[in-house]
Amino acid sequence: MSKVPVSYKRTDMQSDQEVKWCPGCGDYTLLASVQNFMAEMGISKEKIVFVSGIGCAARFPYYMNTYGVHSIHGRAPAVATGVSVANPDLSVWIVSGDGDSLSIGGNHLIHALRKNVNIKILMFNNQIYGLTKGQYSPTSEEGKKTKSSPFGSVEMPLNPMSLALGAEATFVARSIDMDRDLTANILEEAKNHKGSAFVEIYQNCNVFNDKAFEQLTNKETKVANKINLVHGEKTVFGEDGHKAVVIRNGVAQIVDTKDVDESEIYVHNIHEENPSIAFSLSRLSHGPYGPTPLGVFRKVQRDSFTEEVHGQIDMAKEQKGEGELDKLIRSLGTWDVS
Amino acid sequence: MAIENKTVESIPAITIRFAGDSGDGMQLVGTRFTDTSAIFGNDLATLPAFPAEIRAPQGTIAGVSSFQVQIADFDILTPGDNPDVLVAMNPAALKAHLHDLAPNGMLILNEDAFDEKNITKAGYKVDPRESGELDGYRVFGVPMEKLTKEALEEFDLPGRAVLRSKNMIALGLISWTFNRPIEDTENWINAKFSKLPEIAKANVKALKTGYNFGITVEAFHHTYIVEKASLPPGEYTNINGNIGLSWGLIAAAEKADLGLFYGSYPITPASDILHELSKHKNFNVITFQAEDEIAAAAASVGASFTGKLAVTGTSGPGLALKSETISLALSAELPLVVVNVQRGGPSTGLPTKPEQSDLLFAMYGRHGESPLPVVAAKSPSHAFFAAYEAARIALKYMTPVILLSDNYVATGSEPWQLPDTETLNKLDTNIITKLNTEDGFLPFLRNVDTFARPWALPGTPGLEYRVGGLEKEEGTGNVSYDSANHQYMTDMRAWKVSNIANDIDKLELHGDESADTLVLGWGSTYGGITQAVNRLNEKGVKVASAHFVHLNPFPDNTQELLSKFKQIIIPELNTGQLLKLVREAFLVDARGINKVAGEPFTAQELTDKIEEIINE
Repeated sequence: MSKVPVSYKRTDMQSDQEVKWCPGCGDYTLLASVQNFMAEMGISKEKIVFVSGIGCAARFPYYMNTYGVHSIHGRAPAVATGVSVANPDLSVWIVSGDGDSLSIGGNHLIHALRKNVNIKILMFNNQIYGLTKGQYSPTSEEGKKTKSSPFGSVEMPLNPMSLALGAEATFVARSIDMDRDLTANILEEAKNHKGSAFVEIYQNCNVFNDKAFEQLTNKETKVANKINLVHGEKTVFGEDGHKAVVIRNGVAQIVDTKDVDESEIYVHNIHEENPSIAFSLSRLSHGPYGPTPLGVFRKVQRDSFTEEVHGQIDMAKEQKGEGELDKLIRSLGTWDVS
Repeated sequence: MAIENKTVESIPAITIRFAGDSGDGMQLVGTRFTDTSAIFGNDLATLPAFPAEIRAPQGTIAGVSSFQVQIADFDILTPGDNPDVLVAMNPAALKAHLHDLAPNGMLILNEDAFDEKNITKAGYKVDPRESGELDGYRVFGVPMEKLTKEALEEFDLPGRAVLRSKNMIALGLISWTFNRPIEDTENWINAKFSKLPEIAKANVKALKTGYNFGITVEAFHHTYIVEKASLPPGEYTNINGNIGLSWGLIAAAEKADLGLFYGSYPITPASDILHELSKHKNFNVITFQAEDEIAAAAASVGASFTGKLAVTGTSGPGLALKSETISLALSAELPLVVVNVQRGGPSTGLPTKPEQSDLLFAMYGRHGESPLPVVAAKSPSHAFFAAYEAARIALKYMTPVILLSDNYVATGSEPWQLPDTETLNKLDTNIITKLNTEDGFLPFLRNVDTFARPWALPGTPGLEYRVGGLEKEEGTGNVSYDSANHQYMTDMRAWKVSNIANDIDKLELHGDESADTLVLGWGSTYGGITQAVNRLNEKGVKVASAHFVHLNPFPDNTQELLSKFKQIIIPELNTGQLLKLVREAFLVDARGINKVAGEPFTAQELTDKIEEIINE
């Protein structure tokens, strides 16, 4: 990835298109966060590509002054895979939503993650279908009453962190729209990650699912509920750190800090190869309704699909030389007719 | 080899069908005999046929696999109608194929397989060799299993492995009977089993044993030779449609100075394109075996956006899944070749059988007003050029193009006169590297001749732009819900495609140009139609033919050409799809000859039906 000596201003990253999300939508904060981050990311903007599917969040590429594809519902990871392998020199970003990534596009998501394609996926999770005006989504809580579930949803919601870890994603993180610093830190960690980065960002839909994340944003409750995962640090949270996370028999549990020996408190290690502990941390919450881990769950190194594909091409050229058409069409044996 | 009492009868052509259990190696025997005949200089055409199951129950009709080849000393176009020779490795193969064998045809039976169990499994009540139903054929019983066991006694191989070589007995015997040298196949066996020398030796021994059986047994002393064909001078290779198509894509990418991206999900009978292209990464080929058909198409759209010659390949069911993604490419105006190797439908249908039933789907199978060019390969040796042409149109006009092949073109083979690669036209692209107006970059400012939009590739500074499936404003490409703009863009996308009619080969007439009757075709019926018209012309029946390679748009002389004829007949392996298109576009009272039986037309079948219609 070539670096430019100069950084951009946020306005350089803004396209000339009017932003058309609902007033008060969490997407505005996220757009600002991403534009600010991109301006100083150190990558020339012609090498940045945003790919999206369908949904409110999927309009994102239109607002970025970079290359962009607003594709079709759920397919952004597949489109982005094509972009990434077609030109490995590009910085490829996906902006998606919970319906786009986890419902119609679930298959593409897990395969992009397991293949470790060199793409960064920002999944804005608002736990609702916004663009179609308010049906329950695969992350909506059980019992959720919406237009399509007037008696309450009977579906068990997906846990996006567990799903990504189950697909053996090499980079898995969670943020929330209102926490700009955390978002910026995660984007910074994600940008140079070799392979797929999956970032779930809780995003408030103030029209169809307002205050879904209130437990994590309300001044009175957020301290008690945000479990900040910081690499190399003991995982304590709550007022004066009176709560802690311990791992017992491989299972993450929340305990009162005073009840445990300090040495038992889990020290977060994002580079742990075995995904079991990260998975266990992802089970601490099943939606943002109580203590919820935020931050980078996992960041490990594995060769990216993008690199491997090009490695094989280079190897083929080394072994066989550059392809020659005249040799190819004779490769099955020929005969002459005179 | 001098055999005192051997006679060699020269014949102009012969059609041989090898039939056996799907594990009996009939495809291999057929291919080897074909390659030997190709090297000898015959013209030829092949028709492999196999069950959709990899190993259907042994000994049953469902499990029969066959390979038909016609070799000739003249220019032929089809794998032959009724075989003159049938090699049946078991009773089921006999039962499945006997009805096709020509009167007085040669029938070679593996008599060791005619035990009670196999005879019953095949559905015979009595041994067909004793029931009289083989009267009228020249029957040669050969104890192929016994010969194999005896020949391979010296090798330390398990019984099952030994019997696997019995197909080589059949190949050796047929090689003797039709005066084909076996050295080429010996070399092939040694190369193929270079890491398993015992297996190589055993197969060579079996091959020679079959050949020597012919020398020894008097019944086989009347042999046949099909002399070299007088094909146009040049260098030839024997090619099937899937490989030709793959090479055409590689050549197109080379001549457009682009890398090739092929996104696909395994599906019969298109998978061999994925296999072939995967071998040639040193041509800057990226093959992407996607998680599903949709991802294969979507990744291809991403690769196209990024500057590859992007191709996604599939068969009918997969085309259905790709439909929405093709619409995106069409709306975003990105070049994309979509290969559909047709098979019998609907649904899973007949996965290993040919059919031409996706033409209307290719034409109309998308939501919204979404016209796109459609090109069809007409024979195995034409697939290279059809692929090249599809890529040319996609790149020049910034549009998805559907390239239709079918199981008959894809798996059949014939000699292909190699093109001079130097003379293949360079392919133009719309790649842009600088601003196209003083005020900035307009991603939908069109070329005035082709209506193609410029292709700005990520990585190019100053041309950053966004494109998607929402309607775009002409020029800026910005999202637009404006009603007049949508009308304009809809019309423009249609004009862009219909305008291609001026930039493609004209429809050509074959046969008797003074005829009142025109036989019109497309795709894999080319060989059958042309041969039928030739036969009728030889009989003095006045008839001509024309064959579409471009189905959308039709060549610009189509109307004029059709107007010269009083009667138009359209044979198709569907229920009348081109028929509908032609009747609608040209308001002619065309008639169809239609068949959806999981097999191609034979030339004789077409000859008879065309003559019948003419004589009405």
